[in-house]
Amino acid sequence: MLTDFQAIMPILIVTLSAIVTMVAEAFQPKQERAPLAGFGVIGLIGAAAASVLLWGYDKTGFGVVRADNFSLFVNLIVIAVGLLTILFSPQVIERERIPPGEYYALTLFAVVGMMLMAAATDLLLLFLALEVLSLAVYVLTGIRRAQFQSAEAAFKYFLLGAFSSAFFLYGVALTYAIVGSTRLEEIAATLAVSDQAPDGLVLVAMGLLAVGFAFKISAVPFHMWAPDAYQGAPTLVTGFMATGVKAAAFAAFLRVFLSSFHTLHDSWAPMLWLVAVATMILGTVVGVVQANAKRMLAYSSVAHAGYLLVGLIVGTRVGEAATLFYLAAYAVSTLGAFAVVAVLATEEHPHDRVQDFAGLWESRPGLAALMTVFLLSLGGFPPLAGFVGKWYIFSAAIDAGYVWLAIVGVLTSVISVFFYLRIVVMMYMSDERALVPTPAITRSAVAGLTLALVAVFYLGLLPTHAIELALTSVQGMF
Amino acid sequence: MVTLDHYLILSALLFAIGTVGVFLRRNIITLLLSVEIMLNAVNLTFVAVGRYLGSVDGQIIVFFVMTVAAAEAAVGLALVIAIFRHGETLSPDAFTSLKW
Repeated sequence: MLTDFQAIMPILIVTLSAIVTMVAEAFQPKQERAPLAGFGVIGLIGAAAASVLLWGYDKTGFGVVRADNFSLFVNLIVIAVGLLTILFSPQVIERERIPPGEYYALTLFAVVGMMLMAAATDLLLLFLALEVLSLAVYVLTGIRRAQFQSAEAAFKYFLLGAFSSAFFLYGVALTYAIVGSTRLEEIAATLAVSDQAPDGLVLVAMGLLAVGFAFKISAVPFHMWAPDAYQGAPTLVTGFMATGVKAAAFAAFLRVFLSSFHTLHDSWAPMLWLVAVATMILGTVVGVVQANAKRMLAYSSVAHAGYLLVGLIVGTRVGEAATLFYLAAYAVSTLGAFAVVAVLATEEHPHDRVQDFAGLWESRPGLAALMTVFLLSLGGFPPLAGFVGKWYIFSAAIDAGYVWLAIVGVLTSVISVFFYLRIVVMMYMSDERALVPTPAITRSAVAGLTLALVAVFYLGLLPTHAIELALTSVQGMF
Repeated sequence: MVTLDHYLILSALLFAIGTVGVFLRRNIITLLLSVEIMLNAVNLTFVAVGRYLGSVDGQIIVFFVMTVAAAEAAVGLALVIAIFRHGETLSPDAFTSLKW
């Protein structure tokens, strides 16, 4: 019993802080602000501490939650994502008049869903975690109710999200029909004993599960919602869902496909190979022509889903570790970039077109430098986090014989540099000056940006420790 | 004699109807209904398989799915209201503020 609760301790702590945040806003006296963000920060730090303490114990909770090093590593990534999002938020909440209690509570509940998704070892629980996470993020996307753009983005995201979870659930149902259970280890055991070729129903079930995951990670051809949802959502929520949701979905994708369906690797790898190539190419090529910075970053996140898929397809220990490391590197770089866009906006001016960045180096040298670092990291420039992530994931692909996948990955990264540099060139070398107001930046946002900057350089310059951590976290999990 | 296969085929048909509905219908409420049909098609599979296997798991799962579907419907209808307030229309063709 005690072990059960220990296994879900990080999740419990964040849930508790989310409930406290929600209740505190309801009961706070008028003209007095409860430190709502503070509750969230405390909860997330507590959950991070619990995750560190659980490291290496591999506890199982209630038979369906596994606090192995893999899920704890993902916990740390999504906690970092949640923490940075909360640090960036106060200024945005003030400006957009977003109800703070709801905003923080939903962010924390989404983090709960992400952590549960990484830890679930039962397909039904995985579905529930997916829904906890998705429902919170749908509402966050549409939280600026007064703006049609926000409502439209939220509805598109909601409709395609609900559509994709129906596919996922149908996959769960068919798996249940074949195996008679939704537990991942029983699925793996059943599939391992049948030595003949997999029959059609297994492939259909697996395909439906893959479609559900592909929607969540925004892989082509299931990426249509991403640009619209990313552009219409409040910028910080965009950063949150581009990183946290993707990390959680990839964690579950890895766990399901490399534990339960690992014996069918030969069946699903070619299918995902095509998806990965299409995702990398389309994300990059369409990203090049975007005029809106948020939309451009959305296509960049589609392209990054392709690079991350490479690690899954490779399916070796190194590939898995590379995916985890890449998720961390991608998360800090993307969040940083979105945060810069978010803090530059004012009430009248969203500051999200590429030409809005013209001459930022003159008016805001600090922010321009930060944006440059984050974008170059996403583009894969040494010595930043994104470079090490890409190098690691592509070398894993070459070691496992997926040379073409690595070649497509490298080529598309080279093209993607073009659209990251477009903003950089705008900031430094444009003669035009965008007439934009320069809002004051809160101290917590500065702290968050500094943390993201340190993380980008740390993962880029001294990646050994994080890579070793990622390697130990995938040992013995599948 | 109604066998498991009949139920599986029926639920596959329902699921297909829901999927097609999402693509073809031009009213956002009907789009929501189509998604609900998909979820309930899956529920039918769970119940039928649970009965076939002689375990209650299938039926229990359906309760979870129904709860999730209810929560989803709440969020979905709230978003429909938010959209309707802006344009006084329920047609997805009014979604024009986000394009590449």
